Amino acid sequence: MEPTNIFDPNYFHKVVDCQHACPAHTPVPEYIRLIAQERYTEAYMLNWDSNVFPGVLGRTCDRPCEPACRRVRTEETPVAICRLKRAAADNKGDVTAYLPQIPLQKNGKRIALIGAGPASLAVARDLLPFGYEVHLFEQDEKGGGFMRSQIPAFRLPEEVLDEEVDRILDMGVHCHFGQAIDRMKSLMAQNFDAYFVGTGAPRGRDLELTGRDEVDDYIHIGIDWLSSVAFGHISEIKGKVIVMGGGNTAMDCCRTSLRLGAESVKVVVRSAFEVMKASEWEKEDAMREGIPIINNRPPKEFVHENGKLKGVLFECVTPVRGDDGRLRYQPSGEPDEFIACDHVLMAIGQDNHCPWIERDLGIEFDKWDCPTLNEVTLQSTNPSIFFGGDSAFGPENIIWASAHAHRAAISIHLYCQGKDLVADRPPEGLNLLSTKMGVHEWAYDAAHDSAERHLVPLVEHESSLNNLKVEVELGFDAQLAAQEAQRCLNCDVQTVFTDNLCIECDACVDICPMDCISFVDNRPELELRQSLTAPALNAEQDLYVSDALDTGRVMVKDEDVCLHCGLCAERCPTNAWDMQRSVVHIPQLGSYGE
Amino acid sequence: MTFVAKPRVHHPNIPTNDLGLTRRDYEGSVSTLCAGCGHDSVSAAIVQACSELSLPPHRFAKVSGIGCSSKTPSYFLNRSHGFNSVHGRMPSVMTGANLANRELMCIGVSGDGDSASIGLGQFAHVVRRRTNMLYLVDNNGTYGLTKGQFSATNDKGSTSKKGIANLYEPIDLVSMALQLGASFVARSFSGDKRQLVPLIKAALKHKGMAFIDVVSPCVAFNNHSGSTKSFEFIREHSHSVVDADLIFGQPEITADYAEGTYETVDMPDGSLLQLYKVDADYDPYDRIGALTYVQKMQQQGQVATGLLYVDPEAVECHDIMETTAQPLNELAEDALCPGHEALAAINQSYR
Repeated sequence: MEPTNIFDPNYFHKVVDCQHACPAHTPVPEYIRLIAQERYTEAYMLNWDSNVFPGVLGRTCDRPCEPACRRVRTEETPVAICRLKRAAADNKGDVTAYLPQIPLQKNGKRIALIGAGPASLAVARDLLPFGYEVHLFEQDEKGGGFMRSQIPAFRLPEEVLDEEVDRILDMGVHCHFGQAIDRMKSLMAQNFDAYFVGTGAPRGRDLELTGRDEVDDYIHIGIDWLSSVAFGHISEIKGKVIVMGGGNTAMDCCRTSLRLGAESVKVVVRSAFEVMKASEWEKEDAMREGIPIINNRPPKEFVHENGKLKGVLFECVTPVRGDDGRLRYQPSGEPDEFIACDHVLMAIGQDNHCPWIERDLGIEFDKWDCPTLNEVTLQSTNPSIFFGGDSAFGPENIIWASAHAHRAAISIHLYCQGKDLVADRPPEGLNLLSTKMGVHEWAYDAAHDSAERHLVPLVEHESSLNNLKVEVELGFDAQLAAQEAQRCLNCDVQTVFTDNLCIECDACVDICPMDCISFVDNRPELELRQSLTAPALNAEQDLYVSDALDTGRVMVKDEDVCLHCGLCAERCPTNAWDMQRSVVHIPQLGSYGE
Repeated sequence: MTFVAKPRVHHPNIPTNDLGLTRRDYEGSVSTLCAGCGHDSVSAAIVQACSELSLPPHRFAKVSGIGCSSKTPSYFLNRSHGFNSVHGRMPSVMTGANLANRELMCIGVSGDGDSASIGLGQFAHVVRRRTNMLYLVDNNGTYGLTKGQFSATNDKGSTSKKGIANLYEPIDLVSMALQLGASFVARSFSGDKRQLVPLIKAALKHKGMAFIDVVSPCVAFNNHSGSTKSFEFIREHSHSVVDADLIFGQPEITADYAEGTYETVDMPDGSLLQLYKVDADYDPYDRIGALTYVQKMQQQGQVATGLLYVDPEAVECHDIMETTAQPLNELAEDALCPGHEALAAINQSYR
């Protein structure tokens, strides 16, 4: 293998699994260290800088970071990254002093943002410190988009959302709330310098089945129904409820129904439990509240009598795993199952839908009604129009919206300056800083904590089920957060190897608790992976290969299960190993601290 | 020294041996020796050898004297019996332990100071006695614990860290062991576990006095350009004569060795000791030949390593003394003190 180029920012970035998995590349280990030092405000701002909505995300994020967490590979359960983020938000102090200065003298460029969801808000935050005049158009009376309309208050209290939305609006956004844009052309007539569309994926899918039209009054589209609940138009649901669908919206629908007085609630899913789209913890939350999840039941027919819904007939299927590893379903032979109900909530997915954008504006759309975009710049085929969030590539989540927003803001900035959106984009970068402070002292807590993942305390069951607005999770208090923070392996403190210092004494090989380090003859990667102290079987994780050493061998470190405990550096007599903190620079406008 | 404790967590795919133990179960406390000390590699090699042989840790006795080397029994086989004895007196204590319980596997760890200076007499006599043990010397040619004076194994002309040459002839423990009757004599290098681990395994399975001299560089005081016991010097000047491997079941011949240069020796427990002759003319069963070869190499400034001599039919101390097969510590009082009449009968037999 060729020696590893550690100057490629992506190499060490990839080692920080959580940060790499986060669409917005939040520097997770760094903010967890700040929490451990009780510097909650700084931890919060570090989050705010990259993901814009730490308080919201600390409660509702899809957490791509947690399955990626190295501890899943070393000890099964990931660090409770999301809960720690919330702990930073809950315990922070006044952040005013940390907010970017908004210039009074504007730069003369006017930007229109359509839809006041997370994507548009984050674009506004990135652009405002650069003197842009930002206009935000929203059909609802308040900002927040689906964070407000679809996430129930028992998961995300309104005041948390208001705080983070208002923080951006108070930076000087020109808000045009209660104004639905029904024609793009009329907006473009106002001659903005650039437009950002962040209107989400607003159309909930429906199901055309026998009997569907006859019982229209009892069938509700999940996201629309949640939105009506959020804005107070619906405050109860009577009788028996079936929620169809296996995603997070389905979980929100069933738990909301329970709180609005439903006699019974069942979730019925076409597919098997393990392939449901809902996050593991959201399924657990629903089941803990006593809601049954019934799997392998594709719906067949809405059964009704005299125009009133009686129930739904489901087919019974069995999942069979094919040779390609995918599940397929075949009839199980059982008779169809009838489940009685008074209401059906349909949460089977949502689609992009932009009827208000005329198709003669030079914006191309594909057959799923998604715009044709440059994946890096998020620029549409009309150069002044950019897309982000769910409206760009279909339904994702808040953290993706933040990530898109940073990219779009850079693009808009370059576009307004007449620069090239690709060639002039700022590159990714990486800094390495040694953490060595003394012979045995490191500027991070190197010792490994073998504690199990700490559980988050919950509000008492009864009171939460009776009130839609009582938040179920209480969050980590300062002490639990400090304990959980210790579980972080500090994967951003990198093991950096300097080959010309190595005397090949084997001290690092002998001390490494995870058998990550080997000194072997160089070979092609596949053979090399097999020839190590512990064979490196996880091909997704890189090998760190040195140049040839004095004996002709190379140092090979399997990054897979390294604990970043620093013992290799402690035992190295020549400082060939050093523990260096990597700081990944993800290009972003108006970056905190710049 | 290391202040961070070694985490108990281990690689998810770490192999377990026949006892269901992993290599980590054979470790000891975290070393307090200097970072990079060769002795730690030797400890790691012992850990690996014992683990791969599936030997029960609690059946070991590990004994040492004084010095950096003699600290190392703390760093391997945590679950075994240990005794850190007086300077140079490891052989006496080890002999006592072995006499009391001949079923124990005995590992004596010593250093060049402990064995070639203050304990030279003890060394000579335990080899003569052929105590059934592995006598392992971590040989770095310097007194590291007292900051780098020449030890008795330091080669003449080799310099100190400050450049002053050693004026005295070295004691070669390998030659002495060959002369005094050790039945398994090897030399290896802490930086070459591929050679060292199989040698330790073979020595542990050998019945009789097994002596291994391990050149183990002192990174603090004797790993410089004027040293003949540095990583660099040993890598450039060592010549392996016979590589050994202990195997179970059918012999496996690796392609690295030409035909006619390997052979197998039956071990008492049914395993096979496989010998690969790197030097085709070398005869590892010839004690005198080995002695000559080792000294000739030394004269040329080279270091002969590998399995230098083995006597597969060797006898050990208990055989010589014809002691009872049952360990003495298991004999009940009536067997140990057969009484007045038995004593009278013995006395009578001498009249």
